[in-house]
Amino acid sequence: MLRYIKHNMTEIEGISIYPILSLLIFTLFFAVMLTYVFRMKKSRIEEMGDMPLKDSSEDITTNFLND
Amino acid sequence: MEIEKFSYDNKIVRNFGYATIIWGITGMLVGLIAALQLAFPEFFNDYLGFSFLSFGRIRPLHTNAVIFAFVGNAIFTGVYYSLQRLVKARMWSDKLSYINFWGWQFIIVCAVITLPLGITQGKEYAELEWWIDILIAVMWVVFGFNMFATILHRRVKHLYVAIWFYIATFVTVAILHIFNSFALPVSLMKSYSAYAGVQDALVQWWYGHNAVAFFLTTPFLGLMYYFVPKAANRPVYSYRLSIIHFWSLIFIYIWAGPHHLLYTALPDWAQSLGVVFSIMLIAPSWGGMLNGLLTLRGAWDRVRDDVTLKFMVVALTCYGMVTFEGPLLALKNINSLSHYTDWTIAHVHVGGLGWNGMFAFGMLYWLFPKIFRVKLYSKKLANQHFWIATLGIILYAIPMYIAGFVQGLMWQEFNADGTLANPEFLETTQALAPYYMLRSLGGLLFIIGAIMLFYNLIKTAKSGNLLANEEAEAPNLRLSNAKASGKQFWHRSIEKRPMRFMLLSIIVVAIGGLVEIIPTMIVDGNVQTISSVKPYTPLELEGRDLYIKEGCYNCHSQMIRPLRFETERYGEYSKSGESVYDHPFQWGSKRTGPDLAREGGKRNNTWHYQHMIRPKDISQGSIMPAYPWMKENNMDLSLMETKINAMRTLGVPYKKGYEKIAAKDARIQAKEIATDIVNGLPKKFKKGLNLDKEINKLRKKEIVALIAYLQRLGVDIKAENEANAAKGKTAEPTVSDSTNNLKE
Repeated sequence: MLRYIKHNMTEIEGISIYPILSLLIFTLFFAVMLTYVFRMKKSRIEEMGDMPLKDSSEDITTNFLND
Repeated sequence: MEIEKFSYDNKIVRNFGYATIIWGITGMLVGLIAALQLAFPEFFNDYLGFSFLSFGRIRPLHTNAVIFAFVGNAIFTGVYYSLQRLVKARMWSDKLSYINFWGWQFIIVCAVITLPLGITQGKEYAELEWWIDILIAVMWVVFGFNMFATILHRRVKHLYVAIWFYIATFVTVAILHIFNSFALPVSLMKSYSAYAGVQDALVQWWYGHNAVAFFLTTPFLGLMYYFVPKAANRPVYSYRLSIIHFWSLIFIYIWAGPHHLLYTALPDWAQSLGVVFSIMLIAPSWGGMLNGLLTLRGAWDRVRDDVTLKFMVVALTCYGMVTFEGPLLALKNINSLSHYTDWTIAHVHVGGLGWNGMFAFGMLYWLFPKIFRVKLYSKKLANQHFWIATLGIILYAIPMYIAGFVQGLMWQEFNADGTLANPEFLETTQALAPYYMLRSLGGLLFIIGAIMLFYNLIKTAKSGNLLANEEAEAPNLRLSNAKASGKQFWHRSIEKRPMRFMLLSIIVVAIGGLVEIIPTMIVDGNVQTISSVKPYTPLELEGRDLYIKEGCYNCHSQMIRPLRFETERYGEYSKSGESVYDHPFQWGSKRTGPDLAREGGKRNNTWHYQHMIRPKDISQGSIMPAYPWMKENNMDLSLMETKINAMRTLGVPYKKGYEKIAAKDARIQAKEIATDIVNGLPKKFKKGLNLDKEINKLRKKEIVALIAYLQRLGVDIKAENEANAAKGKTAEPTVSDSTNNLKE
């Protein structure tokens, strides 16, 4: 629906910088994020992944419920 | 290392759990009533034609109830349970937890009372009036503050990914809600959106699009990352993927609406890029879905026995389907067919019933036995719930998809001679009757399932004892780490980490937001003004308020697209300059009835009068509700002065001092219309009536104001065109004389 107001946009000065800027931010963002993720230590990853399961008190109280 | 003893608050989890079920069933029931009204309109008009039950008023109640009451309480249930355990700390303040609980329930009760009374701001999914909006903001901050304080007092070093999703949810929903809710109150029960027309539409859909993202999606993904591993008793498939999932999802999601809009304003290559970005959203969404499903690798046999896992697998599958469909709907060619039809309704219900509903059910089946320390009352009943709910979703969604296609195609169909194959909108509505009935059945099944869940969980609770304060112990890794390192810096950096994280999420979300908001602000000065478009007369303004009150926008759009099948049916396509005085905009998003952007002058006042009182008498087979109370209720012009002042404050050019005579002007115009209506009535109705007396009675009624508004729609632009066509000749004055008083 919103695309029908496009004539309002074309008149904005310097609007063409938006897509270029957007693309730059976009690429940069993913580059930084992927670098961070793949440089994480395996031990740390495993430790983090186990967090929901390492809840000692609850396991004690509820293990007996499991069929 | 010293082990600290503490306890988890389970009572708050139970409270939110019950609230989820009770409001869930309520919200779904309201939805069922709305669905039945479309399936059996005559029955409702004849036997249940109460104003507070009419479709336009209860459809917002349905959407608000299921989004903010059902899903909202489910979010709190899951977050209050998982957050405490993930950070190994009790909620920071029990008091704040309970303020959050009771405050949220109070807001819901306010919604349940105000919406059926027609107290609304008239913006989809943001209908609640200004003071309820403030309450929502306060309660949301209470929740966020409590959450943050808990995180700061954690006993673990790192924050699990689920908490990231909770934090992003908190900050983004706060931003969206506050920016979209800017309004100028004229009384306790009435306010006008601070934005108008195009700008209002931009802000509203920026909100609408991202409310789906950050209220219905991210918090549930956080819950998914906790409860699926819990229920499957194995860690999430890939923690790395979950990090990528989180950042890319919150980054791209908020762009999806904005760049769609932005790039289409630009050359072709940029438009294509915009579509590519929309499609890209599939990647993080599916990354998350697969991460959830693959967590069950090697444990698929357990899905057969474990009812929680069953619900969660269906929820994730629905999430996958709906996030694949969403980007497709953003494609121009598909959107031109799907928009305004029941296809959208099908889409949101696969998300709402399938993803949110099924996940919430699965979570509750897992939680209640845990906190009541007992086995689930009946596994068999839970299994039956699973099947009945799944069947309900199918019976709901498939008829609605078909209804969408059927109606969309009927709108577009042309005869060989170039005329519309279905010139009467009503023909396309009548074709949907069987689908509307089937859909109601699907919804009914889903509700029956929810009631089975309620029964099962109450029985479970009764057979066990609530472990209100669950004892726990854990070493304080946060503090010990700081002490061990011996450096003040390290300590501080760990303390600051959640704050830094929150800031980073705000920035990531804000980038997408700003890219949209900045042009939104600039666009204000760029909307082409149309000289013939004038502010509404006081009576039309009053009529517009009634149009909003009755929720007409739920079924009628005021936005004709520049497509041949649209302009052929309704007239010239809508221009942004036409709605510059519309606080709020009323473009709508669904056409259960025809578009009204060019309604003014198409039919006479008497037609409208009779049609509003009993639609089916005027258009055979109409499914529109009747509005008999509008000819009984007197219009309230006491606020007219304040309303005109408020509109002027918002930038509508009423001349100074006009507010003093506005109410008088309204009465003059009302008498003209009332006279016209009464004189136009068929002879059989007029027999034996004292016409002057009838006019005198009618001119004070709400219906006259509403008709004044309907007759104004699109008239200004028609006048301009006629004037242009006549070249020099003055156009026929199509607007009441009182309009002239508005000119500077």
